[in-house]
Amino acid sequence: MTKQLNIFVENKPGKLDAIAKVLSDAGVQIIAFTIQNRGDFGLVRLLVGDPEKAAVALNEKGFACAQKDIVAVSVKDKKGNLHRLTSLLLEKNVNMVDTYGFVTSSGGTGICCIEADDLPGVKKILEKGGFKVLGEAELYNL
Amino acid sequence: MGSACWDREIEALDRPSLRKLQLKRLKETVKYALKTPFYKARLGKAGIRSPEDIKSLDDLQKIPFTTKDDLRENYPYGLLAVDRDDVVRMHSSSGTTGIPTVIYHTKKDLDYWTELVARSIYATGARKSDVFQNMMTYGMFTGGLGLHYGAERVGMTVIPIGGGNTKRQLQLMKDFGTTVVHITPSYMLHIHSKLAEEGITLKDLRLKKAFLGAEPYSEATRKKIEELYGIDAYNSYGMSEMNGPGVAFECDYKKDMHVWEDSYIPEIIDPKTCEVLKEEREGEVVLTNITRRATPLLRYRTRDLACLYKQGCACGRTHRRMSRIMGRSDDMLIINGVNVFPSQIEAVIMKVPEVGNNYQVYLEKDGSLDKLIVKVEIYSKLFTGDISALEKLKHRLKEELKASIIIKPQVELHEPGSLPVFEGKAKRVVDNRGKL
Repeated sequence: MTKQLNIFVENKPGKLDAIAKVLSDAGVQIIAFTIQNRGDFGLVRLLVGDPEKAAVALNEKGFACAQKDIVAVSVKDKKGNLHRLTSLLLEKNVNMVDTYGFVTSSGGTGICCIEADDLPGVKKILEKGGFKVLGEAELYNL
Repeated sequence: MGSACWDREIEALDRPSLRKLQLKRLKETVKYALKTPFYKARLGKAGIRSPEDIKSLDDLQKIPFTTKDDLRENYPYGLLAVDRDDVVRMHSSSGTTGIPTVIYHTKKDLDYWTELVARSIYATGARKSDVFQNMMTYGMFTGGLGLHYGAERVGMTVIPIGGGNTKRQLQLMKDFGTTVVHITPSYMLHIHSKLAEEGITLKDLRLKKAFLGAEPYSEATRKKIEELYGIDAYNSYGMSEMNGPGVAFECDYKKDMHVWEDSYIPEIIDPKTCEVLKEEREGEVVLTNITRRATPLLRYRTRDLACLYKQGCACGRTHRRMSRIMGRSDDMLIINGVNVFPSQIEAVIMKVPEVGNNYQVYLEKDGSLDKLIVKVEIYSKLFTGDISALEKLKHRLKEELKASIIIKPQVELHEPGSLPVFEGKAKRVVDNRGKL
């Protein structure tokens, strides 16, 4: 299963900087990131080139860091494509919990990263609907 | 000079007669204490096997001290000195480590306590024509019920609203012309800050007096409250182990609190050496309750720091006066009038595996009220990466702390290893509320 890193952070300056430094020192590439803010704390969610290596490096530096399973699906960067994807999931009443998207610079392709309860089910729905779900090698080498 | 007494015969009793009365009541109390397994063993060791072993008030010093731990270790019945059928009420306080303490009262015990409170109220000049709004918490906390029954005995109109709900408090004060309130000093200041918001001016109120207790405060705070409201404020002292309020109270001269010595024998000791100190010297207050039968407590270490004064009072009462409480000889915190031990907070944190063992407790002022902030660290190994799990964790800590210490704290989640680590004795409590 493809994974991202969820890291607990206090909501104060320098947190993302410290995480980026740990990964830079460990030689791990950051593909995408988002921040979830909950007042005095939050989560930094990272898509990286080597989740295992990154998690070890972050844990060593004292961060509370968990590897979370996600489904990363490639969406052609074209009007209406995201709607096609969401309506497929809605048809099956899938609740997308924490989700984000980004566009890769190379091929005009969007990537949508989804956290949900039944990830294998989500994967099946999307593949059946003609979407390409990325494997580990494809995702981590974007 | 002098002021009207509720019970002049007792309140102005000459010192030799008062001491004679104390000795008689001390012997009677020892008689009851010897009926409990705890005191039978404890007093026996000190060579006291019958009330006749107490020959003078000086013999009080032969009696070993009683502590809160003794109460806990003998929970629930180890200190009960009367038949269970004769108990008409109990008051219990949550323990520092989960084991509570309990005090029982017979009908006669409650009657004497009520007399003491009625006497205290009367000494401030409050009368049956007054409307008394009791803003202290009712229930197990003795501040509510204690003053309630005393005020009824004086014949005041009692509004038993209890604590909190400022809007309603002000509405009642206005509608029923409340003249006397019983309240913590911090809540009294808080209410004042809400007057404008509630559209109420001092002219709408008929307030004359406030009885301030349940938390230590300074003379400056009293003056501030008196000036803000244009009223007289009186200091009140007591604790559940000694019944509750009514142990010591200020008379209308407002020059420190008379300890009702017909019911309590006060001593001041050095908390380290336990040496009994002379009057005028500050130390830990030790009290012996000599009018309660159901739960006799001899030489109880209150952990409150204060001093006793020898000199009489212009009011004519002969009972000695005690200073306001200047601090504690243990680590107990008083937060908005509620007693909290850091060990209670620690016990809750240690039961929650998702947070680490390191924690900090911050006390801040939020306007005139106290704010408790508990800072904990996330435990890496049990971190799941779910934001909803973190929110649930925070909520759970808040609720479990509230169940244990009554106060609802603000809980802050911190990164592993981010809170200060102490070598030796940890300084986990940071009190930023400022000086008294």
